[in-house]
Amino acid sequence: MLRVDDLRVTVGAEGTEAVRQVSLTVHKGESLGLVGESGSGKTLTCRAVLGVLPPGAEVAGGRITLDGTDLTTLDRRGWDRIRGGRVAAVFQDPASYLNPSLTVGRQLAEQLRLKRGLRRGETRAAAVELLEAMGIRRAEAVFGQYPHELSGGMLQRALIAIAVAGDPGLLVADEATTALDPAVQAEVLELLADLRERRGLALLLVSHDLAVVAQVCDRVAVFYAGEIVEQGPTADVIANPRHPYTEALLRVASLGDWRRRDLAVIPGRPPEPGAYPPGCRFAARCAFAAERCAEPVEPSTVDDRTVRCVRAGELALVGA
Amino acid sequence: MSTLLEIQDLSVEYDRHLVLDGVSLAVRTGEILGIIGETGSGKTTLARAVAGLAPVRGGRIAFDGTDLTALRGRARRAWRRTGALQYVFQDPLRALDPQHTVGTIVGEGLAVAGRQRPAEIATRVSDALTRVGLDPALAARRPGEISGGQRQRVLLARALAVEPRLLLCDEPVSALDASNRNHVLRLLAGLRDTAGVTVVVISHDLSSLAGIADRVAVLYGGRLAEHGPIGDVLAAPRHPYTALLVASAPSVRRERAVPAARLRGTGPGYDGGCNYSARCPFATAACATAPALSTVDGDRAVACHHALADLEFTS
Repeated sequence: MLRVDDLRVTVGAEGTEAVRQVSLTVHKGESLGLVGESGSGKTLTCRAVLGVLPPGAEVAGGRITLDGTDLTTLDRRGWDRIRGGRVAAVFQDPASYLNPSLTVGRQLAEQLRLKRGLRRGETRAAAVELLEAMGIRRAEAVFGQYPHELSGGMLQRALIAIAVAGDPGLLVADEATTALDPAVQAEVLELLADLRERRGLALLLVSHDLAVVAQVCDRVAVFYAGEIVEQGPTADVIANPRHPYTEALLRVASLGDWRRRDLAVIPGRPPEPGAYPPGCRFAARCAFAAERCAEPVEPSTVDDRTVRCVRAGELALVGA
Repeated sequence: MSTLLEIQDLSVEYDRHLVLDGVSLAVRTGEILGIIGETGSGKTTLARAVAGLAPVRGGRIAFDGTDLTALRGRARRAWRRTGALQYVFQDPLRALDPQHTVGTIVGEGLAVAGRQRPAEIATRVSDALTRVGLDPALAARRPGEISGGQRQRVLLARALAVEPRLLLCDEPVSALDASNRNHVLRLLAGLRDTAGVTVVVISHDLSSLAGIADRVAVLYGGRLAEHGPIGDVLAAPRHPYTALLVASAPSVRRERAVPAARLRGTGPGYDGGCNYSARCPFATAACATAPALSTVDGDRAVACHHALADLEFTS
């Protein structure tokens, strides 16, 4: 369904390379998680897929195709047909994506008219039904409420309803549950998993939290300093990481451990775009770095796992 | 352990709406107390009330024996200038003045207290930045020029510069990725262990909170649902809402003892009764009366009619 080949994204007037050699696929009904620290390129990648890169950032190479349509060459009118109809998105902070002066129902009805071609008389019932399908109780009442009257979890459900109103094949969720408390976060993640199952919706989930990705994603791509360092089936990657950065992420992630303990950190900071070293970009923070890590490293694929580490085969890394 | 902060029957009202309803809680000297609960449960209001930033309607907040709610005028200003209590705000980008340098921001509290010469302030600012693991050279930068993790540490440095006895941290790590989150939480644990600072920290991240905190208080709808030693409370919750939070916490390990769905309920609930009854799958007629907080297992307390014998949640 979604195929990204060798994507390169540059930022700023000098065209500093911020994302490179990113290749990934999401099949129908599948969920792929993109994880990494802030600035790792995961959000730029998903914004490139949506055609909404921030000012100054641009796709400088590679191809993004959605069901055969090349997204990298689309003009504005082409995007209007794709966005909302074939790919939709939800983000962190749902309140800022809704108009505060219009009711939730009116904003959802507008989508239904635009994307499903419903007539005015038909939209209300369809909107209420869709809100109910998002697990909103008292959907009739919520239809008539303004964004400020709803909790963060309810707003995120309403936004998901708006996103899926046009029946897209792919939903991009960028840190969509980050600001929610655990009980509500779990409900929204269950809703996303449910939409996959019932509608065959494919999911591209971006999160800095490996634990969130582990809850909903079949496969995971680990981003570091603008590159994918490891990609494969989530359960497998977690049980048996092959890149030292993935192992480090696992050590700092939530394990459902309630004991008092020393919390792990990853020492140092990732390099900034424009200051990437020629060799492995993680080497400066890596406990296993050797001399040859200063040489450029290409990703290698064994079975369904891709790893960008020259020592991948020889390291005994610890999973969770 | 002695009590540093004693909150008794605290109620806070906004627009005739009770946001905190009779909360009693003691914070012990030199401990880290975690506060968890959903958005709107009163966590932030509780911290703000202690800092004198929320309209207290009833109850008492005593800091080392001094009733803060009774302070007025000059006495109140004098108490504030001691800097004994510092509040670390939630959103570092909004809590830091973008026009000021990090040095000015961190030194502001010292300048307001008016006890020190500029050279001394500069030294204390460097010390504070070093304590939170930042390069003192950052003092010349502005908030927009540093990373989110660094901004959060600047907020902490600002609070530490005046050598507080109690730190109130409102979601200090929710905007950070896992490594930076653990880094900041380790700083808090270090302050407790080496300087004896008492810390109250609000967080959604149960697993990392459990790594550093001594005790935890669970708030639901403005009331205290449960409190006790954090390892015991999270490993064996006594209140159905705590059990739901624990079962919902994301983990890289997928398997769970209790699926969250089994702990979600829907019902009409009881007006004037237990405020969790509308969501509680275990609610009975007994829940028409609001449960009082009662002591269990010596060091724990829970407000639930069914907490003791009837319910078993293991997670």
